Amino acid sequence: MEKSNFFKDRVMPVGVILLALLVIWYVAVIFLNVPFERDTAARAGTAITFSEILPKTMFQQRPVLPAPHQVIAEIWNTTVLMPITSKRSLVYHAWITLSATLLGFGIGTVLGILLAVGIVHNRAMDRSLMPWVIASQTIPILAIAPMIIVVLNAVGISGLLPKALISTYLSFFPIVVGMVKGLRSPEQIQLDLMHTYYASPSQTFWKLRWPSSMPYLFTSLKVAIAISLVGAIVGELPTGAVSGLGARLLAGSYYGQTVQIWSALFMAAALAATLVIIVGFAHTAVLKRMGTRA
Amino acid sequence: MTITPASVVSARDLGLTFETNDGPVNALTGVNLDVNKGDFVSFIGPSGCGKTTFLRVIADLEKPTSGAITVNGTTPEDARKNRSYGYVFQAAALYPWRTIEKNIALPLEIMGYSAADQKARIDRTLDLVNLTGFGKKFPWQLSGGMQQRASIARALAFDADLLLMDEPFGALDEIVRDHLNEQLLKLWDRTNKTICFVTHSIPEAVYLSTKIVVMSPRPGRVTDIIESTLPKERPLDIRESPEFLEIASRVREGLRAGHSYDE
Ligand SMILES: Nc1ncnc2c1ncn2[C@@H]1O[C@H](COP(=O)(O)OP(=O)(O)OP(=O)(O)O)[C@@H](O)[C@H]1O
Ligand SMILES: [Mg+2]
Repeated sequence: MEKSNFFKDRVMPVGVILLALLVIWYVAVIFLNVPFERDTAARAGTAITFSEILPKTMFQQRPVLPAPHQVIAEIWNTTVLMPITSKRSLVYHAWITLSATLLGFGIGTVLGILLAVGIVHNRAMDRSLMPWVIASQTIPILAIAPMIIVVLNAVGISGLLPKALISTYLSFFPIVVGMVKGLRSPEQIQLDLMHTYYASPSQTFWKLRWPSSMPYLFTSLKVAIAISLVGAIVGELPTGAVSGLGARLLAGSYYGQTVQIWSALFMAAALAATLVIIVGFAHTAVLKRMGTRA
Repeated sequence: MTITPASVVSARDLGLTFETNDGPVNALTGVNLDVNKGDFVSFIGPSGCGKTTFLRVIADLEKPTSGAITVNGTTPEDARKNRSYGYVFQAAALYPWRTIEKNIALPLEIMGYSAADQKARIDRTLDLVNLTGFGKKFPWQLSGGMQQRASIARALAFDADLLLMDEPFGALDEIVRDHLNEQLLKLWDRTNKTICFVTHSIPEAVYLSTKIVVMSPRPGRVTDIIESTLPKERPLDIRESPEFLEIASRVREGLRAGHSYDE
């Protein structure tokens, strides 16, 4: 009963979409890769039939669009079949990006919460800071990422931290916005109750505002962790980094290694999904401890 | 203005006007009232006549715009800072992430009671409102009436001599209400607390009170103050006595006089 429901409610819908996507992908592979085979055949002066072209489009060295099985094979070769210490291991590159992501996410979360606490408790901070917080996100990250890295390099900071700071730059924003809302979410009557007890501001914070903000915090964390990863990858692009998923993307596009690009993309997507799911589990666990109705 | 030491609440010409976007709203005008130590005072009147507002002024949740008020001989603010009252709101206002016993512990934690003392007080007040065994439940697992009783337990858990109750039994069925009325009278008798109690029910007001304050709206003012002649010992069936019925009819008269039917 339980199982068949899980299959019907969860596996089936996702599976159907996945299947549809695969079909679309294969059709696209054929369309996009056929011209190259036609050109090759024409240059060699040989006539080629469509049924001869079809299989060739699936196994090109540098396809315009690699076929799913090519990407899967590449991922398999560069993760499972390759030692993690190898410079070609996708796991190694993923780890480089992940460490910058997590560091940036951590700093962004702490910074975001501190700013939100300040904004909620201090009118002057509310007026002066919030416009800057919003303005910070209107600057395209691709434009300032190289500058951040160059400036930090100039003052002797290099390696993990500059990349992490780009993650921070992106991730603190949803945390600030979510937490300002969350810390302001207690109802007037709940605040009045604290007032009647003559509770100190810190008691009101820890016993009312903080627990009230938990659902908002976790919703923000899910967004923040995903864009932290984007930030770390973007941080690898303009600097000619040699390792990390961003470096793999860049190297792949220099040398037309589309299969490499796509496998790095998929790795990034899988990483993002895993991180969001982990935050989701933490969310569920915390809300359960807080007695939220199942 | 002279304040006798026994005066718990003393209001002189008290007025409160809310400035709203649609213009000023006179919630209270010219309220004169004395509540003495050990009194059980009921406030009764139609919806919107300022009962909640008056309680909130006593609790320093609203500031009056005219007149004067003292609570325990000091300003409402100082009384609040001395934690001299417990407030039961019109809605239960339990914190949903705390269990019932943790909700009752909230004021105790804030006021710094010891863990052992907290436990004893939680057990005692849960028993008082007939919620023994529900301490570990979360608010959403309880009915609305049970939640309201939990909020009463929360207000009784710490040592405040003044209890401000805003329609605490409004959401309860008749039987539970009778029971809690009896319990409340016993508690009042035993602890010598002073109680200000808002209600819409005439029998409830007469049964509980030593003093009944009849209010009328537009603008919110006190139209009658009735001293009860009932004895302190009050079994439930006192409600059928001629004395009881006479006081009840006086309250009804007062309500009628203050009520305008022209709308
Ligand atoms: N915060 C506020 N801002 C503006 N007007 C208010 C505010 N609080 C109360 N009022 C107004 O003051 C008047 C008195 O309200 P109050 O809540 O004291 O009535 P009440 O006697 O408790 O009514 P009920 O029996 O329905 O609870 C009403 O007209 C109400 O609209
Ligand atoms: Mg009211």
